[in-house]
Amino acid sequence: MVLLAGVGVFLVVRAAVIPKDFGKYGHYRPGALDMVGGLPISYAGHSQCALCHDAEAKMHDAGKHAGVACEACHGPQAKHVEAEGGNPPKLPDVANLCRRCHEKDAAKPKGFPQVDTVAHSQGMLCDTCHQPHSPHL
Amino acid sequence: MEISRRDLFKIGGKILVLASAGATLEQIMGAAPAPEAYRRADHWWGMIIDIDKCIGCGSCVRACSNENHVPSGYFRTWVERYQVEEGKQPIVDSPNGAMEGFPIHTREGIKSFFVPKLCNHCADSPCVQVCPVGATFVSPDGVVLVDTTYCLGCRYCIQACPYGCRYLHPEKHVVDKCSLCYHRITKGLTTACCENCPTGARQLVDFKNPNDPVHEFLRNNKVEVLKPYMATQAKVYYKNLDGAVR
Repeated sequence: MVLLAGVGVFLVVRAAVIPKDFGKYGHYRPGALDMVGGLPISYAGHSQCALCHDAEAKMHDAGKHAGVACEACHGPQAKHVEAEGGNPPKLPDVANLCRRCHEKDAAKPKGFPQVDTVAHSQGMLCDTCHQPHSPHL
Repeated sequence: MEISRRDLFKIGGKILVLASAGATLEQIMGAAPAPEAYRRADHWWGMIIDIDKCIGCGSCVRACSNENHVPSGYFRTWVERYQVEEGKQPIVDSPNGAMEGFPIHTREGIKSFFVPKLCNHCADSPCVQVCPVGATFVSPDGVVLVDTTYCLGCRYCIQACPYGCRYLHPEKHVVDKCSLCYHRITKGLTTACCENCPTGARQLVDFKNPNDPVHEFLRNNKVEVLKPYMATQAKVYYKNLDGAVR
């Protein structure tokens, strides 16, 4: 009798706590797909930047950094886009930014442009000579 | 009542303006085509990584961390540096996951390269198999996800993952891992790591899309997945993967 009552309570509680659609696609809660998919984005994407920053985008797209997304250097800017120009981005930390990609290192692909940054610039910031949106002298 | 030719033109002009305004309003309000809805069954996501293009800059690590609010000291993706000397065990390092790249120079005169790592979004995933509550699962479009409202934090999946891609979130006390930026790819965007990779070493791919460049990539290149002997059906393919990579 006690066993039957226990099983009955278990079944009632189980039916109450398991979502009705559990198992619709597999052994999980389908609502989790919308939960994860509904999270906000932080990186707006290069095309969004180009909508307002036309001159920089044109220079960038014609230069050697064409494959480098704006936010790879300027950081995530979805809030800047949402605010239609509000939340202005900070200027990149040039002293470290360029070095991360272009510091000479044996493990980097041989064809990739790289320099011994200390010997090359002798302490000057890279953007003193190079235009970062289209890096040539 | 007599209507002059001038009045007729005035009335005609007003009718024309009103009609065109109405048509424009209809286009804006109702007749514009609805954006194409995302259908999960039409996609099967994965990634291709070209090791020969990776420069170890850590842009992917920083992008992932920003996009997914990954706690400091934990990583959903990271980059390893391999320094392989003949007859010796390979030296592998990843300072702070390569968040700031690799400040200490690589040794000259030996084989060395960078290997970006992330969840392999296995089709036959050990982490999914061991989860006791259905909190970890493979979505219909092939992404291994975590339902944080169901996760108990039991850590079985962390032990089961052969690639070390999971961690227990230090504040939420539930498991966290790469979601292949599910919140981005279902909106037609690419992942944060692929978006910000400056050399195109990482590319999001959709195996169900017949026009995706992945099919040509797989036809024309020698590719491998990590730990193929684990038979996990991993969907992150590496081009020119060295045998030393674990």
